[in-house]
Amino acid sequence: MKAIVQEITEKYSLQNVVFQRDNIAFVDVEKKFAIDLVTFLKDYHQFSHFVMMSCVDWIEDGQFQLLYLIHNPTLKVDIGIKTYLNRTEPTMQSAHHLWKQIWTYQREIKEAFGIDFPGSPNVDENFVLEGWTEIPHMRRDFDTAAYSEKTYFPREGRFTHDPATYMREKLYPNQPVTAKKNTNEQ
Amino acid sequence: MSIYLKLGATLLGFLIVLNWGMLMSAIFRKIVARLAGRHGIPFYQPWIDLLKNIGIRTTLSHGVMFYLGPIFRFTGALGMFLFMPALFGSDLWANFSFQGDIVLILYFQLFGMLGMALGAGEGGHPHSTIGITRGLAQHAAIELPLTLGIIALAIQYQTLSLNEIIAAQQGGMANWSIFTNPVAGAAILLAALGAMGHSPFNLVKAPNEIPIGPPTEYHSTYLGVLMSSGAVLHVMEAALFMNLLFGGATSWPEFILKTFLIYFYSVFVGAVFPRFRIEQSVVWFFKIPLALGILAILLISF
Amino acid sequence: METMNDKINEMLQRSAQNASQNEKSFIRPEDEEREVIAPDGSTIKINPIYDYFSGKKPQEEKPLNGVVEKFLNWARAESIWVLGFGTGCGSIEIPPLMTPRFDAYRFGVQMRATPRQSNAFIISGYLSVKTLKRVIRSYEQMPSPKYVLALGSCTINGGMYYDSYSTINRLDKYIPVDVYIAGCMPRPEALLSGFMKLKELIKEGKAEKANEYARNFDEYKANQKKIIKDWNMPDYNW
Repeated sequence: MKAIVQEITEKYSLQNVVFQRDNIAFVDVEKKFAIDLVTFLKDYHQFSHFVMMSCVDWIEDGQFQLLYLIHNPTLKVDIGIKTYLNRTEPTMQSAHHLWKQIWTYQREIKEAFGIDFPGSPNVDENFVLEGWTEIPHMRRDFDTAAYSEKTYFPREGRFTHDPATYMREKLYPNQPVTAKKNTNEQ
Repeated sequence: MSIYLKLGATLLGFLIVLNWGMLMSAIFRKIVARLAGRHGIPFYQPWIDLLKNIGIRTTLSHGVMFYLGPIFRFTGALGMFLFMPALFGSDLWANFSFQGDIVLILYFQLFGMLGMALGAGEGGHPHSTIGITRGLAQHAAIELPLTLGIIALAIQYQTLSLNEIIAAQQGGMANWSIFTNPVAGAAILLAALGAMGHSPFNLVKAPNEIPIGPPTEYHSTYLGVLMSSGAVLHVMEAALFMNLLFGGATSWPEFILKTFLIYFYSVFVGAVFPRFRIEQSVVWFFKIPLALGILAILLISF
Repeated sequence: METMNDKINEMLQRSAQNASQNEKSFIRPEDEEREVIAPDGSTIKINPIYDYFSGKKPQEEKPLNGVVEKFLNWARAESIWVLGFGTGCGSIEIPPLMTPRFDAYRFGVQMRATPRQSNAFIISGYLSVKTLKRVIRSYEQMPSPKYVLALGSCTINGGMYYDSYSTINRLDKYIPVDVYIAGCMPRPEALLSGFMKLKELIKEGKAEKANEYARNFDEYKANQKKIIKDWNMPDYNW
């Protein structure tokens, strides 16, 4: 594992290599080398199992982060390859030729974040939503509560209790409020 | 005896059979419920369901054949009743049985299925078509051992009249065809499992796989007609096997007891065995029942 | 074969043009209104959505007089056939209803697999817009009189999904509701008590929500079309 990470770090001049555990490492790679790195690991180091692909919206940095998590079944190790996209022009090279399940992941990310993967099969089809006309719903600048209020006829008189206070008032009204113990500190 | 008296008696007999069929279906569901440890429906539930279906306000049609489907099925049930001697030795309840009625009854058994095929086909629902295809395939497989067994009995008694077959079986249980010709009896009884349409062979109407099957599009009064003709069909099929194998009936209590036992033979088999897929059930009928049917013919001919 | 491909390409092009003209067209190319050449050589206009299905609006159906209607209402109340369609997490509460412990069959409640034969529709829990479209189709296919039981707080005010972008908040804006069963999730006992309440309503002749739907049809349709943007079916699904 260490040797593999060492090799790809030198080959692709990676920054920010994190060993989460002995058998999981996360690396940051430039956008243009990301698919090359996944292909290299798959072809030369038997990372033959594609675990998952996900996307995070770092709205403060103006970036989308894509994560490709791949697994080597013989060594039983995982490597997560993280890459960053500009939020203003979210387009990424498609990896549909490596594993077929990436088609679906890319279709989902296209719908949820609006990141385009040119050439990926069926990428324009609906994934979960039908007839969505707003901005992609998983982007953090999409206000879901405001959208819901505008669209779905909220019923007047609905309010939310804080579960802890509400239970204390209703179930144990006579019990004095004790100082909250922090169980994490020993 | 005037024809009016005879018609009145036949009508009364039909009502008895209809209500007995509905009660049997209620008892069937009650028994299945008790097997599962449930309390089950009230025994009068089928009549309420029938009333409810008649009381439904929306009635949609998909065309003429859609109307005719339930009517064909009802005709099949009615025809089976009309030409089946319900009680032996009674002029009133022998209905309109005549020389060669077995052939007609076998035809009427298929007639309702064909009517459903046409009606459900016009309904246009894909699940109806799947149900019909399965139903006809399975029916073809059932008919073969059933007909072979019946032909063996016809050769044995040298007649195609049900009345004469019953007459030949009178005079004690030892004269029943099930004992005088056990091979043909076995073929017919195994085919009866399929003809009754209970569990191992009920993929045609499988509610979990193809919603309801052929009657998917049928609702309100159409469904009411289908339900009541289904009740009559069940009794008449049991009556057919009773007349062929178990010496017929000479009184209504005997009729009710024998049809009950024959019907619940298939119900209990169904309560124990899980459902066959259609290709499995067709193959099942083509193995032992068909072999028994051929053997019955060979034994009786030589 | 080539002419077939040409036709498909032409259709796709046309839908692309439509897409650029309007914002976005959700009707599939093969369902679009267009002119075709009939087998006898004449040109005819077709609109597949309305050619395959009837576009007729639902009508109010008046109850019968006095005793007859009362008798039928008794029969309807004692024989409630429920459409087996689970829309949300609450559908997990429906199978136990049929098991020995709760046994809804005692009360004449049975499950049916097709909307044509059902009278009651349990909206079980949260309802996403995508499912609402199917719910409307199924509801409209059920023969009248029909009843709706709304299960769980999600159907009343959105419940814990009140701020979600994809689930509705109030069911009664889209289809009329006979009985609400509150809770998150209501247990099968609550569902049984809802059935009892529904039976009372039917016997009193108050469960005429199918007629209400027909009367306020335009209002309900407007609400439905407001959130179902890809409306590609007839206005009433017979």
